[in-house]
Amino acid sequence: MGKLLAPMVGKVIDIKVKEGDTINVDDVVMVVESMKMETPIYATESGTVKELKVNVGDSINEEDVIAIIE
Amino acid sequence: MFETIRQIFIMSGLEELTAGHLVMWLIAAGLFYLAIKKQYEPLLLLPIAFGILITNIPVTGLMEEGHGLIWRFYHYGIDWEVIPPLIFLGLGALTDFGPVIANPKTLLLGAGAQVGVYITFFAALLLGFDVTEAATIGIIGGADGPTTIYVGSKLAPHLIGATAVAAYSYMALVPIIQPPIMKALTTENERKIKMTRLRPVSKLEKILFPIVTTVVITLIVPDSAALMSMFMLGNLFREAGVVKRLTEAAQNELMNIVTIFLGISVGATMTAENFLHPKVIFIFILGLVAFAISTVCGVLLAKLMNLFLKQKINPLIGAAGVSAVPMAARVVHKVGSEANRQNYLLMFAMGPNVAGVIGTVVAAGIFISLLQ
Repeated sequence: MGKLLAPMVGKVIDIKVKEGDTINVDDVVMVVESMKMETPIYATESGTVKELKVNVGDSINEEDVIAIIE
Repeated sequence: MFETIRQIFIMSGLEELTAGHLVMWLIAAGLFYLAIKKQYEPLLLLPIAFGILITNIPVTGLMEEGHGLIWRFYHYGIDWEVIPPLIFLGLGALTDFGPVIANPKTLLLGAGAQVGVYITFFAALLLGFDVTEAATIGIIGGADGPTTIYVGSKLAPHLIGATAVAAYSYMALVPIIQPPIMKALTTENERKIKMTRLRPVSKLEKILFPIVTTVVITLIVPDSAALMSMFMLGNLFREAGVVKRLTEAAQNELMNIVTIFLGISVGATMTAENFLHPKVIFIFILGLVAFAISTVCGVLLAKLMNLFLKQKINPLIGAAGVSAVPMAARVVHKVGSEANRQNYLLMFAMGPNVAGVIGTVVAAGIFISLLQ
């Protein structure tokens, strides 16, 4: 089981996966807005999305856990 | 009957219309196209293009000294040096200095990218521009619109329109101009270098940073005070965390409002008699050269630093030393992400990016104190 950590600060504006989805390394998990621009956050490992820790509209900080991948 | 029509014709602007005006209409049309269809910096190019159009309609008196509506926007906003510092207030409120504080070495990259400013300054002198004009053109190399306008208003007001349009065009073209230079100067493996945060940065450090930086920089270069103090005040709003409403107003509403007046006033300085001049072509070419040299020097300086650093930095972030905030940082992020998807260089690139702003403002302050 792995944790997906936020690579940088920003605000979650779109979540591309649902709990239960199967994802691969480098798939887009969510989109974060930072410095008025949108940045995709890619999965760091393959697996099933066990839990999403954030909602659209949340502000995240570097190294926050944003999802649990199994 | 015929006499009445003749009278209307004379009262209208039609009689005063010149070929120069029509050329400026075409330029405005070109900028409308770039802004609306291509979406190149539309927030700025759209009001600028409209300003160009209406300033080149004769007899309207919109730019007439003392009376015209847009003259007033220009006079009280730009001549009085109010608008560029207000934009900086908003940029300060948008910037996270955390990565810079954690890794202050990256600030050096912002200095490297100022080389283009000085090289272009001397090139412009050699091409016959006078010293104040050369300084205004050189500043384009910093790719910093508000600073370019600020220097222009102090040193060479007749060039503001052309230099501002050049600066904003190049900023809009950052994603086209920079990546080929960045890729040519780096290897695939260098672009893949993943950067990690060196250490956590405390809230106290983030609050002290804008205060200490303001005192130090404005003591050393007093002429940078207007831009630098507003920039740091915006950042203090952000980091203090107790004035969320002010932070958001500076980032959004205030910045949007002044952007409207900045764009239309800058456009309106581009009258046919000011703009249709062989000098303007040189300004555009020199501006591009300045910008390219700044990018090259930033990347090369990053590679040079890597020779001495244990924990290598990704040399791409050197390109963010030009101060197009946050466009240059975004380009760095994208090019880095192409090489390695797990690479999130954005906030690391903000270090040199912000240092580039400081560097350009300092260069501007030096030019102004020496030349004014």
